[in-house]
Amino acid sequence: MIKLVVFCGLLSLVVGSELTFELPDSANQCFHEVINIGEKCTVEFQVVTGGQYDVDMLVEAPNKQIIYKVAKKQYDSFTFDANQRGVYTVCFSNEFSSFSHKLVYLDFQVGDKPSLYPDMGEDSPTLTQMETSAVGVYTALRDMVDHQTHHRLREAQSRKRAEEINKRIQWYSLGEAIVILVVMISQVLTLRSFFQEKKIITSFTST
Amino acid sequence: MSLGFLSQTILCLLSLLTLSSALYFHIGETERKCFIEEIPDDTVITGNYEVQVFDRNVNDFLPSTPGIGMHVEVRDPDDKVVLSKVYSSKGRFTFQSHTPGEHIICLMSNSTQWFGAGQLRVHLDIQVGEHAVDYGQVAEKEKMSELELRVRQLLEQVEQISKEQNYQRYREERFRLTSESTNQRVLWWSVAQTCILLLTGFWQMRHLKSFFEAKKLV
Repeated sequence: MIKLVVFCGLLSLVVGSELTFELPDSANQCFHEVINIGEKCTVEFQVVTGGQYDVDMLVEAPNKQIIYKVAKKQYDSFTFDANQRGVYTVCFSNEFSSFSHKLVYLDFQVGDKPSLYPDMGEDSPTLTQMETSAVGVYTALRDMVDHQTHHRLREAQSRKRAEEINKRIQWYSLGEAIVILVVMISQVLTLRSFFQEKKIITSFTST
Repeated sequence: MSLGFLSQTILCLLSLLTLSSALYFHIGETERKCFIEEIPDDTVITGNYEVQVFDRNVNDFLPSTPGIGMHVEVRDPDDKVVLSKVYSSKGRFTFQSHTPGEHIICLMSNSTQWFGAGQLRVHLDIQVGEHAVDYGQVAEKEKMSELELRVRQLLEQVEQISKEQNYQRYREERFRLTSESTNQRVLWWSVAQTCILLLTGFWQMRHLKSFFEAKKLV
């Protein structure tokens, strides 16, 4: 029973947040998190849709020092060790773009990746064979979930682009057809008007 | 029994600790912030949030403001509202997806202020699928041993992966249909445009010929 309590307690200290949000054009969005000393953190982001699929990202430490800054990246992953306790900030900027809003996926992992037996280390000698196998299976499945997420994001990117192309083809082709008709008809009308004017001039000069 | 109550209290306190260490961001009081979750069907999503109001007197965010409420709206891929409720300043919302796809979770405070709208700090933690399951509760309810609980956790994880694979198949089919449709559209629009070009060209020649013949220039 106590083990369960400890398990739940430790579970709460391993925080992994995954969010997919929309970043409007010329906007800046920041996320903050309180991190303790010595914790290993990983920030990962991927742009799913929008424009050239790029955003600016920066990571700021509690003392306002910028520990990581990258411009116009489609996908990046940054790992750092928190050397001070405080509020760390991750900011995404779409300020360079004036009309394309972006869909950004963010994964902010604080602490170690969740493990099956959080109150024991994974190579701890107190685990039985069965428990060790269970831990092995859990780790493999956890990595599989990560791969699936990445695959899903890439697939979403391609699929949304394909849907956009599909819609555009319809409208652009219709527009083109209308433009062709309008140009053809106005060509004929313009040509006709040349000859009509001449007729009026000749009739004036004759009288 | 008292031990059970004590552990439950500790669990509650520790779950509060979870929230205060979650990711947070700032929004305006009347602003609406949306997040997108792409999930397979039959998946449970749990969101824990906490809202703090910026107090100009203290120049900091107050630890808790009971007066403010949060309107949570969840839309499914067909743009139908799955959940639309107003919660208190600190709470959790849960919903289950019935169609696979992109669900949009929108948060907005129910503040009615038009002028002098302040900033809100929103702590948010969204857990999907098996991460949303509270294994402590499951173990207590079903009286499982430690190993049984872990195996149950593995089973849930495998089930989640299997659902995601299924969803992947559905997405791939959609992608394929979109590509086929694009292919068809390109073909038919090109044919149509060529026909329009030829027909209008033909009409132009005929019309001009009859025009010049009428003007006795040809």
